[in-house]
Amino acid sequence: MATDPSASIALRVNGKDVEGRAEARTLLVDFLRDTLRLTGTHIGCDTSQCGACVVHLDGVAVKSCTVLAVQAAGREVRTIEGLADADGSLHPMQEAFRQHHGLQCGFCTPGMVMTAIELAQSAEPLTPEHVREGLEGNICRCTGYHNIVQAVLAGAAAMRQ
Amino acid sequence: MYRFTYHQPADLDEAVQIASSSEDGSYLAGGMTLLPTMKFRLASPSDLIDLGAIEALRGIAVEGGRLRIGAASTHAEVAASALVTERLPALTGLAGRIGDPAVRNRGTIGGSIANADPAADYPAALLALDAEVVTNRRTIAAANFFTGFFSTALDPGELVTAVRFAVPAQAAYQKAPNPASRFALVGVFVARHADGARVAVTGAGQFATRYPAFETALDTSFTPAAVAGVTVDEAGLMTDLHASAAYRAHLISVMAKRAVAAC
Repeated sequence: MATDPSASIALRVNGKDVEGRAEARTLLVDFLRDTLRLTGTHIGCDTSQCGACVVHLDGVAVKSCTVLAVQAAGREVRTIEGLADADGSLHPMQEAFRQHHGLQCGFCTPGMVMTAIELAQSAEPLTPEHVREGLEGNICRCTGYHNIVQAVLAGAAAMRQ
Repeated sequence: MYRFTYHQPADLDEAVQIASSSEDGSYLAGGMTLLPTMKFRLASPSDLIDLGAIEALRGIAVEGGRLRIGAASTHAEVAASALVTERLPALTGLAGRIGDPAVRNRGTIGGSIANADPAADYPAALLALDAEVVTNRRTIAAANFFTGFFSTALDPGELVTAVRFAVPAQAAYQKAPNPASRFALVGVFVARHADGARVAVTGAGQFATRYPAFETALDTSFTPAAVAGVTVDEAGLMTDLHASAAYRAHLISVMAKRAVAAC
């Protein structure tokens, strides 16, 4: 049982054991950004619509604005900061977004990439239609969807190599 | 959101005990509705009882000829289940089109039906598939479960543990999704059971209901033309910023025809 005002939460983030204090009502996205200072995960709408805050919780894409930090205790979180290699070389999905200009203002990009990586892991071959359906929960207000879809297809192909 | 005390019980007994001893406790399943509602301060439970660690709420199995889906099964798990695809492919399709992928990864069948959103997809399936809602206290027929706008037959502290679906010869679900939320503007679930057709509609009225006129027509002739011949009365249907009652009545007819054709 975690009681307010705050309790210590231990979890694994991007392969490292971390610990921080959070109230029961603290959202995972706020814990990542404000406590762990991992500000790559964005808050777009804060109402579970836009997907800018998508991270992987035990390997599953979730909207971190709609998960409590305490629900991630003892579990594994992967954020956009955890994708590139230590030497700075980009994850294939990040590289594909770069190559295909899959971003305009870039605000939605962290969530797009995290969702795309889960999508690329599905067993079925990806078509543009699958990608568009798979990105239903990620909103790009620049409306740059065409290049995002191209990037996801290329990134998924690269991940499968 | 307002402060609350968080609990993560390991089993059902503990969960129910915490609920009964808390001032105004609420069970937390996937949280896809409850947490946003708390952020808007439209709900402010004193205690949140997270059901995520309770094994007894998980699992999908065939039980006495029925398909039993544990209450904590996520929409993604139902959509990906080989057993559900084999026995009830219409339910796989329904679960796979709820919300978006990240919502499907968290949202659960038990949470959805306990919330009883008038535009949720599952209620139509429960009614058309003659489902039984199993709780920690009793079994409730789907026909008696949905009682009104966001209202169910659940008593305070009562917890849904599973849903048991009858497996019909044929079934299909068709919905016109709200383009922004993917909630059903109108969703129609058609099932052809040995003892007759069942048709249930969600999204159109205050809560999901069966449409006996469609069922009678389908028992005479199980064809899209049979449901096309039924006039849908717009009285009692919702009018809101998304659609008028007349438009919803029209969609019921269209979705019913498509569902029968997809059976």
